[in-house]
Amino acid sequence: MAQTIARLEQVRHQYGDVVALDGVSVEIRQGEVLAVLGPNGAGKTTAVSLLLGTLTVQSGVAEVFGQTPGSQAVRARRGAMLQISGVAETLTVREHISLFRSYYARSLGEQRLLSMAGLEELADRRFGKLSGGQQQRVMFALALAGDPELVFLDEPTTGLDLEARRRLWHEIRQLRAMGRSAVLTTHHLEEADALADRVVVIHRGRVIAEGTPAQIKSRSAGRRISCITEIPLERLSMIPGVARAAHNGQHTEILSSAPEEVLRTLLEMDRSLRDLHVSGAGLEDAFIALTQTENEEAA
Amino acid sequence: MDAAIRATVNRMDFSRRLRVYALESRAQFLSVWRVPAFSVPTLVFPLMFYVFFGIIMGTRGLSLVMPTYLLATYGVFGIIGPALFGFGLGLSTERSDGTLLLKQTTPMPPAAYLVAKLSMALLFSSLIILGLFCMGGYLAGVELYRWQWFTLAGVLLLSTLPFCAMGLAIGTWVKAQAAMALVNAVYLPMAFLSGLWFPVMAFPTVLQKLANIFPAYHAAQLCLKVIDMDQGQSAVLHLGVLIFYTMAFLALAAVGMRRPLA
Repeated sequence: MAQTIARLEQVRHQYGDVVALDGVSVEIRQGEVLAVLGPNGAGKTTAVSLLLGTLTVQSGVAEVFGQTPGSQAVRARRGAMLQISGVAETLTVREHISLFRSYYARSLGEQRLLSMAGLEELADRRFGKLSGGQQQRVMFALALAGDPELVFLDEPTTGLDLEARRRLWHEIRQLRAMGRSAVLTTHHLEEADALADRVVVIHRGRVIAEGTPAQIKSRSAGRRISCITEIPLERLSMIPGVARAAHNGQHTEILSSAPEEVLRTLLEMDRSLRDLHVSGAGLEDAFIALTQTENEEAA
Repeated sequence: MDAAIRATVNRMDFSRRLRVYALESRAQFLSVWRVPAFSVPTLVFPLMFYVFFGIIMGTRGLSLVMPTYLLATYGVFGIIGPALFGFGLGLSTERSDGTLLLKQTTPMPPAAYLVAKLSMALLFSSLIILGLFCMGGYLAGVELYRWQWFTLAGVLLLSTLPFCAMGLAIGTWVKAQAAMALVNAVYLPMAFLSGLWFPVMAFPTVLQKLANIFPAYHAAQLCLKVIDMDQGQSAVLHLGVLIFYTMAFLALAAVGMRRPLA
């Protein structure tokens, strides 16, 4: 197994009375892209902030390269793209990059950074004149300025349109090809699926699942059945093999690990059943199923 | 051999640090310079006020008293602007928009950030002083000994420090929007009540006494001492008050700095 380069162990963090993290343990291994997945407010940013050293550990252990996350030695080997962060709007892309490069003893070349982030054409444009997607690419370039071994990307594609998101994905994949490790937080399940080697699902401050995207998917019901039916939800959820049933507009949606059997029963129960769709449950469904179980247990 | 290598590494490290300080200062200055809403009023208002009150209205009767006096006090008025707006407002904006948080994840030496802000304030102050001196010397015909010009410029530059400390304190404690309002609420009344716009001796006695509580008053009196036009209080008093305010604001800022960002 690859070496662990950063970890949180039994970390608990509170803001006043609000518990943001409740005994979270996460390991980041050399050369992997780890996605930390969870809905808004799950505690993802808190976990990242502890690993960046911008928050102080209240209880538990946070370590990067075997050292305190905020130490100067760690900062020199790590890069970050934060969820809430700006840089001066009146400086050009090139000026920002050369400033951030100066912070590191060993940095990537300016041209290299510009081309990795797809910013060659925009180098002399002011930051404030760029689109949201272009600005995120600048932040990405700044995160890589010090040729980091480990990069934290906190919700890098939030607020971006599909094309800008795909573009940034491409750049994140390049990182991995270079042998760098990355921690990516996201609530886009598709994003974790597309980029990560491993996924940690956080919900309400706790890790509720961990594994490869495929493993996470298999932990949930395997298929999503959508149809228009008269059968009430209570009866549906009693059918063996139905993990979850819910209304979605006119349609009823059923998650199932045994879709063939469920379909047979459904069609027998309701002759008027129509508009039937069966699709593979994505990470999204897995996620819903996982967080759903958690919610039910909590309730 | 080992020592030689270590010396080389240290020298590289030192020149690299120097480069960080220089680039950070340059970035800081440019980012502020390129915001006309900041740079134009900060640079132009003191000059405009000086030309209007000091030269056009002040030289009726062909006396050089007003243009000379107001050169010092508008100088103080001028240097407070970049310190409060550039330092204070800039810091509070960068604390809330995540700029500072991002820098904290990098190996940037924290001192470089403060030095950059200080350099920016001093550079703006130098431009203001240069502009005022040109107006005073060439337009109004103010005559001072050479040592007085230089000492006045030096005292003005040193006087930015307490106001940078004040800006630092405001920037660490107050959110960006409120910081703007607070800086304006402090800057203009303090400038007026400290006798920066109109000589303090024209004030009623109560206001003359009140002026003593403001750092701007003491900075102005120190500057006026250079050209022998002050109220006659001791320079040690003025210096003492300015040092006291600087320390107090720095202490306030040090506590405020520990508050979490964004």
